[in-house]
Order: sequence, then structure tokens, then C-alpha cells
Amino acid sequence: MDLSAIFPAGIWHYLLGGLAIGAGVSVLFIFTGRIGGMSGVFSATWSYVSRLPFFQQANLTSSRGWRLHYALGLIIGAALWLFLTQSDPVTTEIPWWQLALGGFIGGYGARLGNGCTSGHGICGLASLSATSLWAVLVFLGCAIVTAQVVEALGGA
Amino acid sequence: MNDRMNAIFTVVSGALFGFGLALSTMIKPEVVLDFLRFDDFGLLLVLGGAVGVTLIAYQLAPRLMAKPVFAAAFGQRPTETMKRTLVGSALFGIGWGICGVCPGPAIAGLGAGNWSLLIVVAAMALGAYVQGRLASSR
Repeated sequence: MDLSAIFPAGIWHYLLGGLAIGAGVSVLFIFTGRIGGMSGVFSATWSYVSRLPFFQQANLTSSRGWRLHYALGLIIGAALWLFLTQSDPVTTEIPWWQLALGGFIGGYGARLGNGCTSGHGICGLASLSATSLWAVLVFLGCAIVTAQVVEALGGA
Repeated sequence: MNDRMNAIFTVVSGALFGFGLALSTMIKPEVVLDFLRFDDFGLLLVLGGAVGVTLIAYQLAPRLMAKPVFAAAFGQRPTETMKRTLVGSALFGIGWGICGVCPGPAIAGLGAGNWSLLIVVAAMALGAYVQGRLASSR
């Protein structure tokens, strides 16, 4: 079977990258007991500045510190990759309005649904959560349809 | 002592995660959009690799260890209502399909110099704020 038909960019960087991501979520759990989804930081950080009752809930105020540490780690890890591989800085040609609109809707939805690709996709599936499996099927399906529609409409 | 070790290991975990996102090229939105348009199925390998490793840790660690190394208890994902999860996930998917960026790569991309993703980080933070604001007013 010709793998290059469905994996034109190769497979190893994908597989190794996935294993590294899993190693990160696993280390977090084994050493600190924390469940490492990534969208939570976008709500928890607001608890520093917003007095709204929603953002002062204990689950947000008690996790905001480590979630910021975790996010800082993400930046350090990607910077380390850039340094070690001597790659050029990553760029994107996606227009700003697509980034802004998609980010806003995605951020709202991830928080309403209590999880994103890492929260439901990695942590939820690894917890054998049926709710997370449905979440993954729904967001993958919606993302696929949306991306194809955007392309058909002439978007990037 | 444990607070400091927890902080260190949280940053290290994030770094492994961020390194993996960069290595897998998920910090480039074009790669994600190629996947969503069936041009390259590589992201299934990323998800499969990540879930495979995490599945082992999540299922084995609580059975083999009385508690995490530096904490009192293993956490669990909160239980959620199905309806809210599915509506939120549908919106998340639509947003992801428009921009090709989800929360992890939005943040990690900054470390690899993809400054355009600051737009996504800001927009996601705004989206999360609006979600909390609407939930507060209910």
C-alpha cells in the first residue's frame, strides 16, 4: 500500500509528535495528578481580572496558576523545537479574519463544551469517557464540514 | 516543596506537549486544514500516538500508585451534561474548521515564532470571556 497517498508529508514526525504530546499529558498526571486539557487556561486566567461569579468559581481560581505554568511550558517546548531543529520560524498565510473568527467561535465552544482537542480528544478518550467520545466525533465532523465549506467559498 | 515540584513538573509536561505540537507541525494551521480536507491524514497519527500513551498512564497509574508523586490524589475529568458538551463541541469544531487552530497549538505556535497566532489566542480568550459572561447572566 502506498502510504504517501494519504500521508504525503511522511508519518514519523506525526507519530513522534503525538507520542511526545502523550508523554507530556502523562507526566503531568503521574507527578501532579492533574488532567491536562488546554482550553481551561482561557477561562481560568480571566479569574485574575474579572469579578464575575462565573470566573470566581473554585475550579477556575484553584487551577489558574498551574494552567498558566502549563501554557508557559507549551511555549518553551515549541521554542526548544525551533532551536534544536534549526528550523525557520513558523508562519501562516491564513487571513487574519479567519484566525480571529475561528478563534472566537472555537474559544467560546471549547469552554461551553468543557474541552477541546486535548481536553476531550486526549484526556477524555484516555479516561474512556463516552461523553468525550461523542464530543470528539461532533467537533471533528463539524470541523471537516466547515473547512470544506470555507475552501469551497474561496477561503484559505 | 511539593508546590515547587508540582510547578516544575507542570512546566516540563507543557514543554513536552509543546515540543510534540511543534514536531507534528500542528502549529501550522495549513497542516490542520489539509487534514480536515482529507489531503493528509497525519493528524490521526498525532491523536493516536497521544491517546495511546495517555491511555496507558491514565489507566495504569491509579492502579499502581496510591497517589501522584507530588500530590494527594489523581484528578478526574469533571462530569458534564451531554447536551452542553455537544453544543459546545459543535461550535468548537466550526471555529477549528475556520482557522485550523485549536487551543494548544495557538499557544505553542507563539514559541515557534508564529506570531499570527496571537490573533487566535486573543480571539479564544475573548470567546471564553463571552461564554463566562453569558453563563453568569443566566
